[in-house]
Amino acid sequence: MTTLLFIEQVLNGLQSGVMLFLMAAGLTLVFGVMGLINLAHGSVYMIGAFAAAAVAGATGSFLLALAASLAAAAAAGALIEIVVIRRLYDRDHLDQVLATFALILIFSEGTRWAFGSFPLYLNIPEYLSGPVTLPGGIQYPLYRLTIIAAGLSVAAGLFLLISRTRLGIQIRAGESDREMIAALGVDISRLYTIVFALGAALAGLAGALVGAIQSVQVGMGEPVLILAFVVIVIGGIGSIKGALIGSILVGLTDTLGGLFLPRFFGLFLDPASATSVGSALASMLIYILMAGVLIVKPSGLFGATT
Amino acid sequence: MNREQALNTALFLGFLVVPAWAWAADEPFMITLATRAAILALAGVGLNIVLGMGGLVSLGHAAFFGIGGYAMGILASHAQSFTPLTDWPFLLEGTKSMPIIWVVATLASGVAALGIGALSLRTSGAYFIMITLAFGQMLYYFTISWPAYGGEDGLSIYVRNGFPGLNTLDPIQFFGICLSLLAAALFLCARLMRSPFGLALNAARQTAQRVEAVGIRPFHTRLTAFVISGMITGLAGALFADLNRFVSPSMFSWQTSGEIMVFVILGGVGRLFGPVAGAALYVILEHTLGGISQFWHIYLGGVLLGVVIFARGGVIGTLAGREVHHD
Repeated sequence: MTTLLFIEQVLNGLQSGVMLFLMAAGLTLVFGVMGLINLAHGSVYMIGAFAAAAVAGATGSFLLALAASLAAAAAAGALIEIVVIRRLYDRDHLDQVLATFALILIFSEGTRWAFGSFPLYLNIPEYLSGPVTLPGGIQYPLYRLTIIAAGLSVAAGLFLLISRTRLGIQIRAGESDREMIAALGVDISRLYTIVFALGAALAGLAGALVGAIQSVQVGMGEPVLILAFVVIVIGGIGSIKGALIGSILVGLTDTLGGLFLPRFFGLFLDPASATSVGSALASMLIYILMAGVLIVKPSGLFGATT
Repeated sequence: MNREQALNTALFLGFLVVPAWAWAADEPFMITLATRAAILALAGVGLNIVLGMGGLVSLGHAAFFGIGGYAMGILASHAQSFTPLTDWPFLLEGTKSMPIIWVVATLASGVAALGIGALSLRTSGAYFIMITLAFGQMLYYFTISWPAYGGEDGLSIYVRNGFPGLNTLDPIQFFGICLSLLAAALFLCARLMRSPFGLALNAARQTAQRVEAVGIRPFHTRLTAFVISGMITGLAGALFADLNRFVSPSMFSWQTSGEIMVFVILGGVGRLFGPVAGAALYVILEHTLGGISQFWHIYLGGVLLGVVIFARGGVIGTLAGREVHHD
């Protein structure tokens, strides 16, 4: 019983970690290439989820909904980049934080205006619903298993994109020296728009995939955004590998902490206070993890030491 | 008197004249709005010390605002239910006295700022922003999942806390308390800006290496500034809770951190009265735009975007021109 529960929770942790990676990858790419801190990344996550819910509601097709989430988030990302973000690259972080905070206000209220305050629901398609039996007799929802696989394949695709393609070379070159690749004839502003739209599309996809498990509502992006920041701080800014390892670490810590801490305190406290102390502490666990990483390595696990 | 000083004087007079007019015209709601502006300005004054003087972009000041609020909420809720906070190792009673609550609120936020600052200041730039944001969020989730003080629902206080010799239930008297504290904080801030400490903090923002070269440790200077800043914002949190007679985890939310930062930026970063102008403008916008549309945050976002992209320096920067000694 306990091992089964444990494996199930590990899978849940993996699932939330993989989704976090889709968020964190875009943030860390944008930061690595453009040196920009983007709070509005949570808004494109929300836009992806809303686009998926709207298209699924209209057509009934989950795959079309996913395509819509990718397209809407990438379009929103490209638009944000061209209209606002482009003016902020040579500003300091404070201006970037404020401008993207303003974008959050505009997008959140705009979505509330368009869709109302009530959450929307995105249904899991028939062919992905229901549990599957894993080796060892574990029953696990097929949909969650699918999004773990989908997330991991997107991660693999991203690694290939960055290490094997021409665009990837330009991205890596942009991370080490922006002026130089512009001097070599790469259209730097087009590259920036592409990187930004790519990051936004990943976030939008995550929003749609998670939206089918949770509800789709205004403000759903920001808690995930902040978790993605924690991931980046742990993994090291600009490192895709760090983002992957950080995401899975955060996903597992969060899920397993919520399961085990109340039980751990139950060993020496009465059940009621064990639950309250345990769950309160579990809600802080990933931040404690982050603080721990900071004490040992202030620039993150895979961050460049400056 | 230069243009900025003239503007500051006009702003402060506005804080005296508008509530006085509202009091004479018997418009208690206007006084409450002015009180709200004064309290939010106080929170901004706290943030401005690290943001404006120190150049440290803290996106987690809601942590201190919330701690101040909960210091008030916890003490007052124990006092109103006549239960002690703890009876071990010694008996500790709640209180409904504002001065005691203020001391507890500032001390508690100072201790939190010391811890958060000591960890966050090991990093800089974008890391610092993300880490302060994350610590703020940590306390937010902690208060939600901690059931003893209302959890997600927050705590209600039935009667506003008392101040010796004053009737705090009278809006104008409570406003007077808040404005006096704001004035005291502004005075402290003005002294701080000109003190050796303030100069060192300013210099550490511009070139940390040079500060080190003359034998000052930037880390210690910044950490001290972070603690002072957290204490002032914590005091504002206690007053804010008293104004609403309600505390909830939303005081800890990242939006609160963002809003406190907006007061500072709307008014003008690093300007003594920047947060005062910003908070006043924010409350005015909230009141007027909020009356036009329930989606007024869209317009606020537009205004903010315009200020960041076109009107750098905020209200005071635009009206008073560039500061002479500002980099």
